[in-house]
Amino acid sequence: MKKIFEAPKSLKENLFHYCPGCGHSIIHRLVAEVIDELGIQERTIGVPPAGCAVLAYNYFDVDTGEAPHGRALAVATGLKRVLKDHVVFTYQGDGDIAAIGTAESIHAANRGEKVTAIFVNNGTYGMTGGQMAPTTLPGMGSTTTPGGRDVVRDGQPLDLTQMLGQAKGSVFLERVSVATPKHIRRAKKAIKKAFQVQLDGLGFALVEVLSPCPTNWKMDPVAAYEWTDKEMTKIFPLGVIKDITGYDKD
Amino acid sequence: MPKQLMRGSHVLGEAAVRAGCRYYFGYPITPQNEVPEYMSGRLIQVGGTFVQAESELASINMVIGAAMAGARVMTTSSSPGISLMQEGLSYLAGLELPAVIANVVRGGPGLGNIAPAQSDYFQATRGGGHGDYRTIVLAPASCQELCDLTIKAFDLADKYRNPVMIMGDGMMGQMMEPVEFPEPIDPADLPVKDWTLTGAKGRPSRVILSLLLAPKVLEDHNFKLVRKYDAVVRNETDWEEYMLEDARQVVVAYGTAARIAKGAIKRVREMGLKVGLLRPKTLWPFPEKPLKELSRVVRQLLVFEMSAGQMVEDVKMAVEGQAQVHLYGRPGGVIPTPDEVAHQISHYYYQAGLMDRDQQGERLGGAA
Ligand SMILES: Cc1ncc(C[n+]2csc(CCOP(=O)(O)OP(=O)(O)O)c2C)c(N)n1
Ligand code: SF4
Repeated sequence: MKKIFEAPKSLKENLFHYCPGCGHSIIHRLVAEVIDELGIQERTIGVPPAGCAVLAYNYFDVDTGEAPHGRALAVATGLKRVLKDHVVFTYQGDGDIAAIGTAESIHAANRGEKVTAIFVNNGTYGMTGGQMAPTTLPGMGSTTTPGGRDVVRDGQPLDLTQMLGQAKGSVFLERVSVATPKHIRRAKKAIKKAFQVQLDGLGFALVEVLSPCPTNWKMDPVAAYEWTDKEMTKIFPLGVIKDITGYDKD
Repeated sequence: MPKQLMRGSHVLGEAAVRAGCRYYFGYPITPQNEVPEYMSGRLIQVGGTFVQAESELASINMVIGAAMAGARVMTTSSSPGISLMQEGLSYLAGLELPAVIANVVRGGPGLGNIAPAQSDYFQATRGGGHGDYRTIVLAPASCQELCDLTIKAFDLADKYRNPVMIMGDGMMGQMMEPVEFPEPIDPADLPVKDWTLTGAKGRPSRVILSLLLAPKVLEDHNFKLVRKYDAVVRNETDWEEYMLEDARQVVVAYGTAARIAKGAIKRVREMGLKVGLLRPKTLWPFPEKPLKELSRVVRQLLVFEMSAGQMVEDVKMAVEGQAQVHLYGRPGGVIPTPDEVAHQISHYYYQAGLMDRDQQGERLGGAA
């Protein structure tokens, strides 16, 4: 019988610790499939974050090195500068990449570090229990914005990917989502392209993935996916934010 | 090899390159800017990599990345910058990664000033960052020793898979002395590290992590670190003894303060005072044992440090109350002169009645 579906080789056979319906599980799978398809498992090094994906090394079957909260792109810089022929990717939440690690992110992009960043935007600090993130939507509740995010008090959501577009060393930036099967397919394409940019040595590439956190949003998974699709995209519209790769547009 | 006249901060850089360091990440802060400036040019010559990071936070985390990849890597900074690196130091220790960090200490707290100081002793020797860990801390007192200890720092870092700090100050960075450099090491000749992240080719994938959620697993890891630190204490404690044979009073000082103390001891020796020096070359591990042994024969120790009194605690712990311990501490901002230190030495010396009979007579105006 012909096998038409199997687990990616770049994922270990461990059960995910993520909550039911969490976007991290899908995004892990997409990244692993891309690593398989590009045939780079043996020369890829992952840098997991602090955040719900802190245990990513339990799942990705590639060499991984832990970074302090927010510093993944600095750690990745050090790795990649030594291992020029290897593939280095970071996997970071919005708190990690867009709050504590803002400076590291902007400067890695600006230097054009030849690394790939996967930025999981779930609008909340999942791991620490649902506090406000820089990406929390206006009016959205969190444990530190009990009445909802008040933009006068708490500021507007930060669009880091747009900011990174200003950095001269960024080459490919796209915002995708895992809210529907169609979006998931699109997300995989973007992730693959972001790795290809690195393989071709073009510069910094990042894919922002809008991802539901049913647990902290206090929604059932179906509602959380709908909310990702309808509400998050109002503030964080999907699409290519920057592409100076020169690749054929698809 | 002929001796070269060289500035301390350049010696540090050159020694690192000769030790096989090909990666340097740093952020400017006075009084150590000559190090990144030197490294930026020198590393190009040897095919290495220099990155001026956007902050000390970024610098130390780039160091973490390069160390994971198995490279000999260094960063340097001065007090406020080292404060920002503390989280990274804790991670380096927890992740068991080798790296060399030089602190060209300046006067603090806060922005303070750029004068030489030793007021980061606690930060350096107590761990500085969070968690139960130790940083090996080397304290050179001359340009030649700066060269030798920098090379040793890389060896110790690799041997113990631990961060090693070099404690200097602006004086050491600026002063020029003749230095004899050893032949350079080719990084390709260094022993292969069997734990680095280089891609899982032909082997299972590897993980370098410090997140150990299961209580027993973390405790086991921490006990493993404790055993490692015990081995460092046994094997690597280092110090210099100067004029200790007949000493009745011992000055304890390190780095620049020890050089000043030597000048002071020469002066008081001319007056007939029997004073010697014990100079820790490793601040952690601290030379507790020789101090404890000394305290059996010497009644008085004078700790001279360019801080309000930090190393003095280690000296007191070492002698366990067996001898008097006095402090002459000058917090950051001013470099004391040998005369000032000589004055302190003789003050305590006479006060404790350590002088010979004829000296006693002199003190009493020759009446004896
Ligand atoms: C220096 C430091 N500060 C705070 C924390 C606590 N912390 C761990 S994860 C996290 C936020 C994670 O949020 P995000 O990056 O959005 O990832 P998510 O958990 O939502 O996937 C925080 C604040 C930490 N580990 N280190
Ligand atoms: S808390 Fe949210 S982000 Fe974290 S695992 Fe659960 S659903 Fe996913």
